[in-house]
Amino acid sequence: MSVATTTHPGGHEAHHPSGLLRWIQTTNHKDIAVMYLTFAVIMLLIAGAMILVVRAELFQPGLQIVQPEFFNQLITLHGLIMVFGFAMPAATGLANYMLPLMIGAPDMALPRLNNWGFWILPPAAVMLVLPFFLGLGGVGAGGIDTGWTIYAPLSMQSGWGMDFAIFSVHMLGVSSILASINVIVTVLNMRAPGMTFWKMPLFAHGFLYTAIILITIMPVLAGGVTMLLLDRHFGTNFYNAAGGGDPVLWQHIFWFMGHPEVYVLLLPIAGLVPHILSAFTRKPTYGYKAQVYSMWGIMFLSVIVWAHHMFTSGMSVGGQLYFMYSTMAISLPLAVLFFCWIATIWRGSLTFETPMLFAIGFIVLFGWGGLTGLVLADAAADPQYHNAYFLVAHFHYALYPTTVFGAMAGIYYWLPKWTGHMLDERLGQWHFWVALIGFNVTFIPQFLLGLAGMPRRIPDYPLMFADWNMVSTVGAFVLGASHLIFVWNVIKCVRGGKKAEARAWEGAEGLEWTVPSPAPYHTFETQPAVK
Amino acid sequence: MNASDSTLEIAAESGAGQADSLEQRNRRLMWRLVTLAVLCAGFGFALVPLYDVICRVTGLNGRTNAMAVAAPSNTQVDTTRWVKVEFLSHSMPGVAIQFAPQEFSIDVRPGALAQINYVATNTSDRVFIGRAIPSVTPAVAAPHFKKIECFCFNEQTFQPGETRVMPVVFTVDPDMARELGTVTLSYAFFEAPKAAPKDLM
Repeated sequence: MSVATTTHPGGHEAHHPSGLLRWIQTTNHKDIAVMYLTFAVIMLLIAGAMILVVRAELFQPGLQIVQPEFFNQLITLHGLIMVFGFAMPAATGLANYMLPLMIGAPDMALPRLNNWGFWILPPAAVMLVLPFFLGLGGVGAGGIDTGWTIYAPLSMQSGWGMDFAIFSVHMLGVSSILASINVIVTVLNMRAPGMTFWKMPLFAHGFLYTAIILITIMPVLAGGVTMLLLDRHFGTNFYNAAGGGDPVLWQHIFWFMGHPEVYVLLLPIAGLVPHILSAFTRKPTYGYKAQVYSMWGIMFLSVIVWAHHMFTSGMSVGGQLYFMYSTMAISLPLAVLFFCWIATIWRGSLTFETPMLFAIGFIVLFGWGGLTGLVLADAAADPQYHNAYFLVAHFHYALYPTTVFGAMAGIYYWLPKWTGHMLDERLGQWHFWVALIGFNVTFIPQFLLGLAGMPRRIPDYPLMFADWNMVSTVGAFVLGASHLIFVWNVIKCVRGGKKAEARAWEGAEGLEWTVPSPAPYHTFETQPAVK
Repeated sequence: MNASDSTLEIAAESGAGQADSLEQRNRRLMWRLVTLAVLCAGFGFALVPLYDVICRVTGLNGRTNAMAVAAPSNTQVDTTRWVKVEFLSHSMPGVAIQFAPQEFSIDVRPGALAQINYVATNTSDRVFIGRAIPSVTPAVAAPHFKKIECFCFNEQTFQPGETRVMPVVFTVDPDMARELGTVTLSYAFFEAPKAAPKDLM
């Protein structure tokens, strides 16, 4: 370390504390990113294990393994943990590691805030699942069991697992707001000289807009659950119809957060995928500006379409039409993104290394998620599919390819930069194909079940649904197993492997490939000049 | 000092004051964003009154006027059509009130006053204090359904085992769209919340 480097914000300590204290006290973006990603993968495995119990129960009609009350806790925690415990921290982890490297900054703009943002997460996760595990041990009524949508009045009646979840949502909200503030300040103030707004990597664009959405929506959800807490314990009547409140108000507040949340999860990945496509097709990204404009379109539309989740709550025809058309309008900027991605691949010299496979898998599967979303956005068709398995299959096609395939693509793409070793390509390919087959075998049957009328969130079902449920359960276990291959591959890559060069992939472009692999603890202390 | 040169360049580019250090600018932007987050939290709470107003104006969620209207706006009785008004009732879980309309549906002329009686019995052996919450479907009919007298305007107290006949006097506004032939009025009986209820709209 040279003396001059202590001038950058937050000022790194000249020495690193070792052991546990290093991780608790660190303000280094790379350390914090590693913690975010590790946390996210642990949460992925926990929430995945929970849903495998659910799928095991649904393997056959009747109640074999769990009781309905416990089933409800499993599906609720699966949803909440996957969204807030896995998907958002995984994206934040990628941003923490890569944003400073990609825009040529020495670190995130607010390093202490960064540390705080992460260390709020583990207590929040414990808070969320503690009642669940206490319930398993016979203490209390168990965890939150309302479904991840926490609809009133059910959420006003359930046990103290609900109160724990409310405080957990508060903490998760604070954590993601802090992370978002940090990203915005970093991207706006810390770019290398010469890197103008229109030269920024798309990943930085995507994450910037995600951060803006998050700052807008998370406080609203925090306010919503606070009102729920007040209703439950302090005699207010925000959602209590008996006192003049309205449970539908909760639905509006929740989906005002819940729908943009989908784009919060999508935009970082939509920003990341073009980098990978361009690297493995050896072509520059097609339509850079069009992609940025599309992201703007998605950002603005995302916060004004929420009530398409509520078509069956008794909305006027005018309201239904507005939310239907505005929702369908989102498919326009999304289609622009898709065409840009396809045009990037078009006539490139393609190779199919693991990151590329995951990127293409994301595009194809997310396309299905988007198209089935158009069916649900149709106010006339929606009452048929609402709360049926069709919906479950749809949003898993929207979210799994985004948050898991997209994040995996990013992790595999940058793993050589982080570890200094190339990953085991054969294991990576195994991971991809097992996950792809497992995913489709799990969720295609759920489209069919939904069309046949099977409702979601029910632990038992009539005999007519038995065959496809069996198939779906087998697929789910295959899909679950694929993540173990991933964990194995990452550990293997950390411990050794072929030495990675600074530019680990032949066609990769960007500032992050100009620093050695593995990236040194401090990078870009003198900012590079961008032409 | 390459680093500080470059920060100045960025400062010039983003239009901030030349004299400010990067750290100061970071801090200022951070506090602006914190303010934005706080404002958004405020917006979350502002949704409560906003939602009330929007629902009252549009009848979006089937909410009806839960207070008596002094005089119907249009007293002209429309004798060219009938509107069928259906009546529903149910008690929320834990509410020991048996409660049903005397007739399940009646035909009314828009603009004419109509009356219907609900009969409610307290089947428990304790005093019950509660309130019935009305709702009208379809939602577009809600603003046109005017209640002049209703047991839902006040809290109701039932002695143990008491049975009471409770009238509803209402009129359907002649302005209501002609294609709406059937309107459903539904009541849900709730136990009174522990704290004083805020005024129904």
